Amino acid sequence: MVESEFAQLKERFDYLSARQSADHSAVNCPADKLVEFFTVLRDDLGYDLLVDVTAVDWDAQSPRFTGIYHLLSTTKHEYLRIAADCENDIKPSLPSLCGVFAAANWHERETYDLMGIHYDGHPDLRRILMWDEYPYHPLRKDFPLAGIEVPLPADDVAEATGVAVLPAPMMGGPFVSSADGPMSQTEPSARDESWTEQEEKPTE
Amino acid sequence: MQNTNVAYDSKVEGEIIVTQADAVINWIRKHSVWPMPMGLACCAIELMAVGASRFDISRFGMEVMRFSPRQADCMIVSGTVTYKMAEVIRRIYEQMAEPKWVVAMGACASTGGMYRSYATLQGVDRIIPVDVYVSGCPPRPEALLDAMIKLQDKIGRERSVKNLTARNAKPTKEGSLALAGAGKES
Repeated sequence: MVESEFAQLKERFDYLSARQSADHSAVNCPADKLVEFFTVLRDDLGYDLLVDVTAVDWDAQSPRFTGIYHLLSTTKHEYLRIAADCENDIKPSLPSLCGVFAAANWHERETYDLMGIHYDGHPDLRRILMWDEYPYHPLRKDFPLAGIEVPLPADDVAEATGVAVLPAPMMGGPFVSSADGPMSQTEPSARDESWTEQEEKPTE
Repeated sequence: MQNTNVAYDSKVEGEIIVTQADAVINWIRKHSVWPMPMGLACCAIELMAVGASRFDISRFGMEVMRFSPRQADCMIVSGTVTYKMAEVIRRIYEQMAEPKWVVAMGACASTGGMYRSYATLQGVDRIIPVDVYVSGCPPRPEALLDAMIKLQDKIGRERSVKNLTARNAKPTKEGSLALAGAGKES
């Protein structure tokens, strides 16, 4: 989006504010104005393709959750990123955009599943990746990568096999490589492979 | 283990072959394995290559891939098993008729592979008994063929008659958790 267009948008919607971005144009929009703003973007400004709906967990900050939307104009060939902060840090919610873009349906279900953001007005807000009874939202910052022990989704299978959803053995991981240095040294590698989920991690 | 290979001399026996029930049953079974492709990830692509003409699994009498558990007796678990999918795999396995075998194809099915995460079952042997494990990410088609030959060896060593007569008992698969490469034991 060129500068003048943002100025026009800003003039028309005084609640918008510019957002720092390394690539495409980006704006901040209050959560309660999202539906109105997206309708205008779709109908009047040619942003006709909803590419992505996701969210950011800022951990200790408040507001903790920010919903992120990526729109593409297939006529202007331009992307636009819209960010909306969730007011409530404990039970974050945003208005559903299913009425504006049908593509929002499954995207919002995924974001609800993994981030725990409730989309008000969503026609069918169920989990889409994890099973329905799963108690956590795994992409939140306070969720460990290895997972948390819960029962297997099927009771009879759990009973027959004695299997539960266990924290995965990280084997010295998670493997984070440094961004600097020659590739031979930035290869992610396990520091400690001496333990698994069956054998306890040895204490020093 | 007793010798199950009985020599046949047509000049002595004529039209009669003397053998053991175990040997006949196992001979029939191992040359007509009907695999069920449990394709869950990229390993399934290699599995398709195994079924295609270049690698040609039909050389070993296993080309009849069935997508129904009722018609198959060897489940090839090829790919990442998530906790959500684990239930489905267990149910499909239970629907397969005895005798049945399982091949864990690739790192993910064997141990969870690189997916050390909250969503992935760390090896399909947690929920179903695995007969042969295949290493690789994904394994080469030759590796899977080798595993299937190992499975044939294993089928050839089963106590089939004992398993048949003890219908309600659990089949006594000798070394049911044997690793690929351990096929020359006994």
